[in-house]
Amino acid sequence: MASKLSLPTEAVPVQRSSNQRSRSSRVRGWRILGSVLKYGALLLCSAFFILPWVWMISTSLKNPQELSVYPPIWIPHPIRWDNYLQAFRGADFATYLTNTLLVTVPSVIGAVLSNALVAYGFGRVRWPGRDWIFGIVLATLILPSFVTFIPLYLIFRQLNWINTYLPLVIPTFLGSPFFIFLLRQFFMGLPEELSDAARVDGASEFRIFTQIILPLARPALAVVALFQFIGSWNDYFGPLIYLSDKALYTISLGIANMQSSYGFMNFAWIMAATCMSVLPIVVLFFFAQRMFIEGIALTGLKG
Amino acid sequence: MARFRTITRRESKSLITGLLFILPWIIGFLAFRVYPFFASLYYSFTFYPILDTPKWVGFDNYRDLFSDQRFLTSLYNSTYYAIFAVPLGTVVGIALAMLLNMKVRGLSTFRTIFFLPSITPVVASAIVWLWMFNPRNGIINFVLDLVGIRGPGWLGSPEWAKPALILMSLWSLGGAVVIYLASLQDVPREMLEATDLDGANAAQKIWFVTLPMISPVILFNVITGLIGAFQFFTEVHVMTGGTGKPADSTLMMSIYLWQTAFQFFKFGYASAQAWMLFLIIIAFTVVLFRISGRLVYYGGK
Repeated sequence: MASKLSLPTEAVPVQRSSNQRSRSSRVRGWRILGSVLKYGALLLCSAFFILPWVWMISTSLKNPQELSVYPPIWIPHPIRWDNYLQAFRGADFATYLTNTLLVTVPSVIGAVLSNALVAYGFGRVRWPGRDWIFGIVLATLILPSFVTFIPLYLIFRQLNWINTYLPLVIPTFLGSPFFIFLLRQFFMGLPEELSDAARVDGASEFRIFTQIILPLARPALAVVALFQFIGSWNDYFGPLIYLSDKALYTISLGIANMQSSYGFMNFAWIMAATCMSVLPIVVLFFFAQRMFIEGIALTGLKG
Repeated sequence: MARFRTITRRESKSLITGLLFILPWIIGFLAFRVYPFFASLYYSFTFYPILDTPKWVGFDNYRDLFSDQRFLTSLYNSTYYAIFAVPLGTVVGIALAMLLNMKVRGLSTFRTIFFLPSITPVVASAIVWLWMFNPRNGIINFVLDLVGIRGPGWLGSPEWAKPALILMSLWSLGGAVVIYLASLQDVPREMLEATDLDGANAAQKIWFVTLPMISPVILFNVITGLIGAFQFFTEVHVMTGGTGKPADSTLMMSIYLWQTAFQFFKFGYASAQAWMLFLIIIAFTVVLFRISGRLVYYGGK
């Protein structure tokens, strides 16, 4: 590509003096047009992304009669905050919330512990066959979960784990290829001298892991915790096949169930429940925005 | 030859240490990946009603699949969805990332607006979009009405249900935008300046410099997007109550697979479907890698 580059010809500077004024104003015109187009496009796209939020919040505050009005009402009158209480009264939103935390909290702990351990084994301990086995870890990244879910269901049924949270929680204690990959990347970036110094002092590998590496890995572990939290909070397929007792439903399953079992007239408080299910994720995002963006970018770039 | 020498005592000690660290993964890998993988292959050759034991039936399940109209419909629907949603998502994702990469004021606000939908619970967004697509008082047809277009029946119409799902899928592409944006910021500035000197216009710069430079990231996103598209499940399950209505027009392979297993309780037949899904995903991935061989630029690596 570089070979095709041609240098500007000698003639250009000579012409410049006579055309300077008209050209600079033309350049400015283009620049203004460019930024009008740029921000116009951005605002138009933003409208598409924001619209569902506005609609969701507006619907969650409507009175039943306002739901079917056309053209749509944007600001309900009166604003009906009561829908949010109705979500707790009409459908057991408090139970769903507790259940979701019962799944999510242990899953986050499991993911952080297991993946840190495994990633350390792949990233900072030298052993024969290591890279070869790591290749297998990466290969399982593309294994679709739909291939394995029937035998998994049968295993958990055999163990009498159906209608418990164990099928959702226990696997998180056994490592996930995506998180192993992410943490290994991070561990390998830490200087080797840290471990060498401790090894000279006779520290065991496990001790180096817990005393030296883990404290340094806090930002990466936070990314894992964050992603696992979102994953467990949002999970629908797992609860759908492993939980049939309504008292055990998680938020996702509970809301989907409300949507299909209560009709049109109840849509406002179902939307209120939906808003509340999204809220923790939004709050989390604003607290950990940088972590999200860096974590996501990291996974994509190194892939 | 050297690879097969007996390992020294020091190496065997490090081997044990290494294996102890990865022990959780080994257990999970064997119990929750290897065993289920082969078990589902075995079940796919059996007749297996839920409360019975599997009986070997050879290729019967696979033969049945190709005369099963609903399976063929689901194959068509999933392919339709993937073929439109993945390229569209890729083009829009790159375009948005490029917009954000043009020295925009308020970059982090726009990035938040684009990104947030991608981490909202899928069930929540499915319910909101279901409500937005309502043909009579939904907001999408209201917006179309404003510009003088009479909106279709969307999820109530067999022709428009899949386009509706594809449109909705664009809402959650923010994760890809963030990845593309990060890779765009890694394109060396000198390279773009060099083409400036050469008098290249904006389109040429994008086509000859920017896109080749980010092509490995595009390939990664296309492949993960495709794998995801063929496993597209939650939105449809929530929006149609697990039915794939209207008239099976949103019956995806994953939905039919779920129905076969958990509504008709035919685990053998469902496993055969799972393997077809797997083979299709593998085939698409291999084809993409082949095609991309010449198109993707891996830099010095």
